[in-house]
Amino acid sequence: MLKTFTKGGVHPPENKLTAGCSIEVLPPPETVIIPVAQHLGSPAAVAVNKGDRVLTGQLIARATGYVSANIHSPVSGTVSRIDTVTDISGYKQTCIIIDVLGDEWISDIDRSPDIVREIMLTSEEIIQKCLDCGIVGLGGATFPTHVKLKVPAGKKCNLLIINGVECEPWLTSDHRLMLEKGEEIIIGTRIMMKALGVTKSIIGIENNKPDAIKHLGKLLDGAGDIKVQGLKVKYPQGGEKQLIKAITGREVPSGKLPVDVGVVVQNAGTAFAVYEAVQKNKPLFERVVTVTGRSLSKPGNFLVRIGTPVARLIEGAGGLPGDTGKIISGGPMMGKALANLQTPVVKGTSGIVVFPAAESSRPQSAPCIRCTRCISACPMGLEPYLLMSLAEKGLFERMKAEKVTDCIECGSCSYICPAHRPLLDYIRLGKTTLLKMMREKSVK
Amino acid sequence: MSSLLTVSQSPHIHTRDDTRKLMRGVIIALIPAFIASVYYFGWGALIVTATSVLSCIIFEYVIQKYLIKGPVTITDNSAIVTGLLLAFNLPSNLPVHLVILGALVAIGIGKMSFGGLGNNPFNPALVGRVFLLISFPVQMTTWPVPSGFKTGYADAVTGATPLGILKEGIRNGEKVSQLMNQIPDHMQMFYGHMGGSMREVAALALLIGFIYMLVKKIITWHIPVAVTGSVAVFTGILWLINPEKNADPLFHLLTGGVLLGAIFMATDYVTSPMVPKAMIIYGIGIGVITVIIRVYGAYPEGVSFAILIMNAFVPLMNTWIKPKRFGEEVRNG
Repeated sequence: MLKTFTKGGVHPPENKLTAGCSIEVLPPPETVIIPVAQHLGSPAAVAVNKGDRVLTGQLIARATGYVSANIHSPVSGTVSRIDTVTDISGYKQTCIIIDVLGDEWISDIDRSPDIVREIMLTSEEIIQKCLDCGIVGLGGATFPTHVKLKVPAGKKCNLLIINGVECEPWLTSDHRLMLEKGEEIIIGTRIMMKALGVTKSIIGIENNKPDAIKHLGKLLDGAGDIKVQGLKVKYPQGGEKQLIKAITGREVPSGKLPVDVGVVVQNAGTAFAVYEAVQKNKPLFERVVTVTGRSLSKPGNFLVRIGTPVARLIEGAGGLPGDTGKIISGGPMMGKALANLQTPVVKGTSGIVVFPAAESSRPQSAPCIRCTRCISACPMGLEPYLLMSLAEKGLFERMKAEKVTDCIECGSCSYICPAHRPLLDYIRLGKTTLLKMMREKSVK
Repeated sequence: MSSLLTVSQSPHIHTRDDTRKLMRGVIIALIPAFIASVYYFGWGALIVTATSVLSCIIFEYVIQKYLIKGPVTITDNSAIVTGLLLAFNLPSNLPVHLVILGALVAIGIGKMSFGGLGNNPFNPALVGRVFLLISFPVQMTTWPVPSGFKTGYADAVTGATPLGILKEGIRNGEKVSQLMNQIPDHMQMFYGHMGGSMREVAALALLIGFIYMLVKKIITWHIPVAVTGSVAVFTGILWLINPEKNADPLFHLLTGGVLLGAIFMATDYVTSPMVPKAMIIYGIGIGVITVIIRVYGAYPEGVSFAILIMNAFVPLMNTWIKPKRFGEEVRNG
């Protein structure tokens, strides 16, 4: 029986062109640019100096504070500069720039192709290993995994959900990973179950990936601890709260965390990274990125070193098409448009989508006709038309009563609006302004 | 890559639907009713509809271009919808100058004076209709008898509507069972064979339009079902209490503008509530007020007034009735 979440949601065209493209290894570039803030939380502290020789997998920036993550060199070579570079968010931030020389890995990493099945580490050791290896959520939010695997005192977790939904149109990196590294993902899932102390896990996959549902089901072969749950295709099912609702029927209360309803959600890609860290001692320095677009000659899924400039990925996919008008990091619903092709791949980069100029600009915005489609589409039960009009008028405090802080910024409202109103833009403005006002008041 | 990249906020893809297509959908849904009206009322239906639609487009264009001096948005098809709906609420022998006047009031006062599409609190077509009804009661209640193209526009044979016969008869102390003999039976009414304003006649044609709009997801079922349901329940109760003083529910549903109002007028996006819960309340309000006017009021027909009255409550409903939020905490107690 296929499940799905009940409230809202949209069905944008899926365009999963690269679903049949096996993961290709992209060799390291000549230079990598490594931002020290590529995870949620405080930026890592640079732990190398200009001129240092580094090996692939060597720690180059150390986590600062509890919610933070280590960063490792994705290549071997020389630290040429520590400088500020514009990253994906559009802000300048500290980056470590390394000139690549060969590809020499640190000796701790087990590079053998054998799958290590037995889980030797204890719960605490697993969490420490995730911290050491700089594992963060690879679905896009990049929340440090070691924090998420530690159930807060007084809370109880009884279910681990593995997010194999990949509801963003165009993207196929998790899909390919589930097909090609299915067994590793299952072991990674068991590792995280051990860390959390849960006996049950469910892998949620949308039924536009029937091969992945079948493949993982076959690998599990009726194992009692992990189940695969097929899901009806609907965006944004990959949203944490929507996925929990779809699978368990539980609703995470407003302002609360999944663990408050006894659930922890981890991405399928993260499960693979956890496997590699715990069983193979391999830090997170490469990931699978979908590079796609209708005008690319060779779109595909690539295993890429962190820090590789986007330009290199596009070369790998056949070069930049002449009609390109927009390049998106991530999926088209929640991804960020890039201004600069030298922007590096970071831990959270799940895909690069290239749009031709004709599809790059927004349709002209018209007056709201109150068709109610934004309300029907909102997975959080909000009224986007109202939030936009409140933000336009600067009535930010009223937006609090209208629950703007529940907005997950999935973009369903702006997608579905027949008047093409910039709903999410104004909601973001209202949300950030309101959060700022709330912070200032709490400081006073 | 010849020029700079476009950088904008997500989402980067948008639905292919737009205002124009939604309005076009409504127009398509009105085609069966239009065909039925031409079949029953001949030239009159054609002339009144054409005049109404053209006048609405022209008035919108002139007001936007020369009075407001803003962008002209007649291509969004909304003026055509207003024109069609206004025509559907008029008798098919209404003089052309009154049709034009109705269009001026609908577009000028009903829509543009509030800032155009999306800002009007009242259904523009109904504003035009009610203005004509109050100002020209004789012309507005002289209903042609359906005779297709057999009679012309100006010399149409006129007669009373079933609701008019009922109201007048009850007032004179006649029994409903006797009055029903002067009225077409329910099946004839379903196909539209009765006197009335042009398009309120053919239930079948209106229902086809309703199904089309449901399938195309232009409207949801809430408002039409709430309006017709409450009319049926309310008149049903009255009928059960005293069948000699009150007509049966099916009679009420098939006569007057109940179906036209429930399907096309009350569902107008701009002037109806935003949340399903509120749509139901709004629909019930329209149904109840309609029956009160029909049974206890001076007019034989009350749908237009009922919708306009409930339109006035829409901003209040939008403020007070909220959708169920995700993760809304269950109140204990």
